[in-house]
Amino acid sequence: MSSATRTLVSPATLSRPRGKAVYWSVFTAVVLLFALAFLFPVYWMVTGAMKSPDEIARTPPTLIPERWHLSGYTDAWDLMQLPEHLWNTVVQAAGAWAFQLVFCTAAAYALSKLRPAFGKVILGGILATLMVPAQALVVPKYLTVADLPFLHTSLLNDPLGIWLPAVANAFNLYLLKRFFDQLPRDVLEAAEIDGAGRLRTLWSVVLPMSRPVLGVVSIFALVAVWQDFLWPLMVFSDTDRQPISVALVQLSQNIQLTVLIAAMVIASIPMVALFLVFQRHIIAGISAGSTKG
Amino acid sequence: MTRTAARRPAPAAVAVRQVPAPPPAGDRRRRRLIDQARAYGFLLGGLVCFALFSWYPAIRAVVIAFQKYTPGSSPEWVGTANFTRVLHDPEFSAAWRNTLTFTLLALLIGFAIPFVLALVLNELRHAKAFFRVVVYLPVMIPPVVSALLWKWFYDPGAGLANESLRFLHLPTSNWSNGTDTALVSLVIVATWANMGGTVLIYLAALQSIPGELYEAAELDGANLLQRVRHVTVPQTRFVILMLMLLQIIATMQVFTEPFVITGGGPENATVTVLYLIYKYAFLYNDFGGACALSVMLLVLLGVFSAGYLRLTRSGEDV
Repeated sequence: MSSATRTLVSPATLSRPRGKAVYWSVFTAVVLLFALAFLFPVYWMVTGAMKSPDEIARTPPTLIPERWHLSGYTDAWDLMQLPEHLWNTVVQAAGAWAFQLVFCTAAAYALSKLRPAFGKVILGGILATLMVPAQALVVPKYLTVADLPFLHTSLLNDPLGIWLPAVANAFNLYLLKRFFDQLPRDVLEAAEIDGAGRLRTLWSVVLPMSRPVLGVVSIFALVAVWQDFLWPLMVFSDTDRQPISVALVQLSQNIQLTVLIAAMVIASIPMVALFLVFQRHIIAGISAGSTKG
Repeated sequence: MTRTAARRPAPAAVAVRQVPAPPPAGDRRRRRLIDQARAYGFLLGGLVCFALFSWYPAIRAVVIAFQKYTPGSSPEWVGTANFTRVLHDPEFSAAWRNTLTFTLLALLIGFAIPFVLALVLNELRHAKAFFRVVVYLPVMIPPVVSALLWKWFYDPGAGLANESLRFLHLPTSNWSNGTDTALVSLVIVATWANMGGTVLIYLAALQSIPGELYEAAELDGANLLQRVRHVTVPQTRFVILMLMLLQIIATMQVFTEPFVITGGGPENATVTVLYLIYKYAFLYNDFGGACALSVMLLVLLGVFSAGYLRLTRSGEDV
């Protein structure tokens, strides 16, 4: 903290006794505020699921459960078919991730290094979709997925209905292309002179050099599918195939409150765990995304 | 437009380097054709997906907006009938009013709070990682879970919101169940759930401000607020504007919170445009009307998106 950059308040002001007092009171206030605003709701959810059904309806509420019941969690697991819905979510997210990595990487590589004819037009068409916010197009997209042109098959109630539209992600594709643009040309040419084909160059030269951007794209892809609600709500009318987000809302009507809350906690665990494990990368990724200004 | 690799080295030069002896002209043309075929082989998967799930639906939205469309039977052209029908729906004006109010409130509440929070966090020299993780935690909770969580908090009986008010001896509120408080209640949820990203991005922008500027301002006798006004804000103007546009685009498409927490009620107080699109398609089976609404939303959002893209593009060139 010694050589940290100078911010709004000067280090000299902070080192004075009055400055120190103000600093520590602001610090304490912010810690309390954060605990109350962000951690307490989460605490309330996790412990709420462990209260008994009468205790959770009591006013004034109890801050700590009188008796810790795990039955909320076990009931949620069994009654709401959570393993099934979690598995559906995992399949949908993993597939979307794999499809995006394969197709977006290949397309970005082609646009960046292989100079296809009309490459600029195609890139322009892809970037134009950034201007068309995805949610506003869900209905025509739904009609397309329900009856694919030429093939006349329906992808409704099929994970492909999540996987294939996920590939049309201009943001991730552009991120990859921009990264590939910066790779030094001579390295790729050296590989070519050594007799490596395009695919070989992509696999053994480009991809190993692109680990950071692949990590960012992977996290974006996984989180997007796990958090999505409206699209899977439209695609999966079949209850057995719904991801956890859709199932939670559908089942929330007629299930005991403690059981529902337990299911909410379980549904949050995978993404929160992913975040806690990769927090440094995720936070650095978000912060780096927009320091261009 | 973006600079593609298209023009950089002359293709002939590469060909010469690859093949020691200059090949005859016919061979070179064939080689170029093979190169193109390979390039399109790599592009194919992505291209098909974009065509099917982005470009085609965008065109179809406009086409179906002028049709009577029922899945399974052949569509009929109906001119602007869909638009007039949608415009005369009393829910239409409610949905637009709610969406615009929501967006405005989200700017007032959901933009001011993260802004001030980032300013304060940037001054703190301890527990930096803790603050960043905690503020981003709600973003990683699935939106459906945060919506259900707040629905429970807003419960008029034993909900946490009213319990807190009772604890402080304040009058209780109807929260998401009252016609005039429902929309604000949803804005609070959306702000709580999404502000982590805004805080982190703004925090990164604050760290790029050169310290000398503050020193110079302080030497000139500028007090704290004056330094915020004349150094911090102008220095981060670009990021502020960008975050603002991004938030407008996101909040104009709000769906999950009203769908899960209020179901659009009470008395249409929280029906949003996207919710209305959903209702037209899946409740009324009126895909023409849904597409007419989508086109209106698209045009409006397109203006904001174009602004956003221009802004980021101009930022990149600096």
